[in-house]
Amino acid sequence: MHPSDTNLNNPTPVISIRGLYKSFGDLQVLKGVDLDVFKGENVVVLGRSGTGKSVLIKIIVGLLKPDKGRVNVLGQEVENLSGKELDALRLRVGFSFQNSALYDSMNVRENLEFPLKMNVKNLTKKQINRAVEEVLNAVGLKEKMKQMPADLSGGQRKRIGIARTLILKPEIMLYDEPTSGLDPITSTEINNLINEVRENYNTSSIIITHDLTCAKVTGDRVAMLLEGRFLKMGNFEEVFSTDDEQIKSFFNYNFIT
Amino acid sequence: MSHSKSRHHIFSQGIDQYFTDVYNAWQFVLRFFREAFKPPFHFGEIIHQCYEIGCRSLALITLTGFVTGIVFTKQSRPSLAEFGATSWLPSLISIAIVRALASLVTSLICSGKVGSSIGAELGSMKVTEQIEAMEVSAINPFKYLAVTRILATTITVPILGLYCGFVALLGSYFNVHAHEDTSIISFFENGFSSISFLDIYTSIFKSIIFGFTIGVIGCYKGFNASGGTQGVGRAANQAVVLSMFLVFIEEIVIVQVSNWIRYY
Repeated sequence: MHPSDTNLNNPTPVISIRGLYKSFGDLQVLKGVDLDVFKGENVVVLGRSGTGKSVLIKIIVGLLKPDKGRVNVLGQEVENLSGKELDALRLRVGFSFQNSALYDSMNVRENLEFPLKMNVKNLTKKQINRAVEEVLNAVGLKEKMKQMPADLSGGQRKRIGIARTLILKPEIMLYDEPTSGLDPITSTEINNLINEVRENYNTSSIIITHDLTCAKVTGDRVAMLLEGRFLKMGNFEEVFSTDDEQIKSFFNYNFIT
Repeated sequence: MSHSKSRHHIFSQGIDQYFTDVYNAWQFVLRFFREAFKPPFHFGEIIHQCYEIGCRSLALITLTGFVTGIVFTKQSRPSLAEFGATSWLPSLISIAIVRALASLVTSLICSGKVGSSIGAELGSMKVTEQIEAMEVSAINPFKYLAVTRILATTITVPILGLYCGFVALLGSYFNVHAHEDTSIISFFENGFSSISFLDIYTSIFKSIIFGFTIGVIGCYKGFNASGGTQGVGRAANQAVVLSMFLVFIEEIVIVQVSNWIRYY
C-alpha cells in the first residue's frame, strides 16, 4: 500500500496532533509538533535519543499530559476524555514498549490472557485459548506459551509484547523502538512482523526508532524529529535526500555506526 | 542557572521535596479509599496476596514469637523470684505479649519481609514499564496492584499478630512448665485473668493500622521508584525504614489513647 493512496482514500486522520509542547523541568522536549496519521498508514518517527520520540507516543495514549497542544485519536480529544473514556480509547490503541514490559511474574500465556480477562467479560476458556493461540501464531511463537519472560530472548520478548497488544485487536499500533538492542536478523524479523500486523490486523501505526533499516522497511512516511520539531516529513527517499545539514549528519552518523 | 533553580523552591530543595513527598503520600492514601470501594473488586488477587504475605512471613513469625515468649519469661523470672512472685509470670507475660509484643513483633517482621518485597516488586514493575503497560491496556494498576496489596496486609497482619501472640504464649508456657510444672490450662487461665477485652481489641486494632501502614508505604515507594535497579533497591529500603518508623510512632499514639480509655 502506498501512503499517498491511503491519504486520498481516507482523508480523515486516525491520529491528529497540533502544536504539541512538552517539557520536563527546564528541558523543553517537544516544541510545537504537528502530525497526521491516516488509516492503514505506517508513520516512522526518526530521531536521536532524547529528542522526545517516546514522549510523543506516551502523550497519544494519555500516559503523559502535554503542556500545550491538541491530540486527537480516532476522533476523540485525548485531553478531554474522562478516565473511562480514556480506557475505552486505550483498548483501540496498542502500545509496544521498548523493553517489551512483559509481566515477569506471569508466563507467556498469562501475559497474553491478562489484558483480555481484565477487559472482556464473560469469555469462555475456549475463547480465551483461541485468542491466545491466534496471536501467538501471528508472532510465530506458539511453542513458547508456557515459558517465563526471563527465559525468552530479546527478539522473542518483543514479539510477545506485540502479541499482548494484538490480543485486544487494536486499530492503531504504537511501537517504541521495536528493533533496539536486537541483532540484524532479528531486527529484520521484527520489521517484517510490523508489516504483517498492518496487513493482517488493518492497523495504522507510529513507529518510533533511530534504526534506518526499520524506517525504510516499515515506514510509508518518515518524520524526522530533531530539537523538538519535525524538520522533514515524507517518504524515506525524500527525507534521506534532503539538503538539511542536521538531517544529513543524522543519516551519515547512522550509516557510519 | 542557580537563580532559575532557586525560583522553583519555596525553602531548600530537600525541605520542599520532603513536604511534596508527605503530600503525595497523603494523596496516595486518599486514592486508596476512593478506589477500594469502587468496582471492579479483584477478590482473587486479594486472596492471592494474603496467601503470599502469610506464607512469606509464617516461619519467621513462628520462630520469633516462640523465642520472644521463652526469652521474655526467662528474663523476667529472676526479678519476680526476688519477691517470691514467680506465680505472676503468666499474667506478666500475657499482658506484655497481648498488649504490645505480639502486634509489634509481627509488624516489624512484616515491615522487613513484606514491606521490602512489595516495594521491590512494584518498584521493579515501575522501572521496567510494566505498570505503564497495564495502564495502556486499560487496566487500573493502582487498583490491581496497590489496593489489593494494601487490603491484603491490612487483613493478614492482624491474623499473623494473633498467631504470633499464641506462639509466644506457648513458648512462655514451655519455660514456665519446665520450672514450675504448671498445666497449660492453669497457665492460660492465670494469664488471661489479667487481660481485658480492651487489651485484645486494642491489639487487633493496632495490627490493622500497622498492616495498613506497611501496605501503603510499600506500595507508595514502589509506585514512585525511579532510576533503574538502584531505584528499586532504594524503594525497598525506604519502604522498610519508613514503615518501621511509622509503626513505632503509631504504637506510642495508640498505647497513649488506649491508656486514656482504660483509666478515665
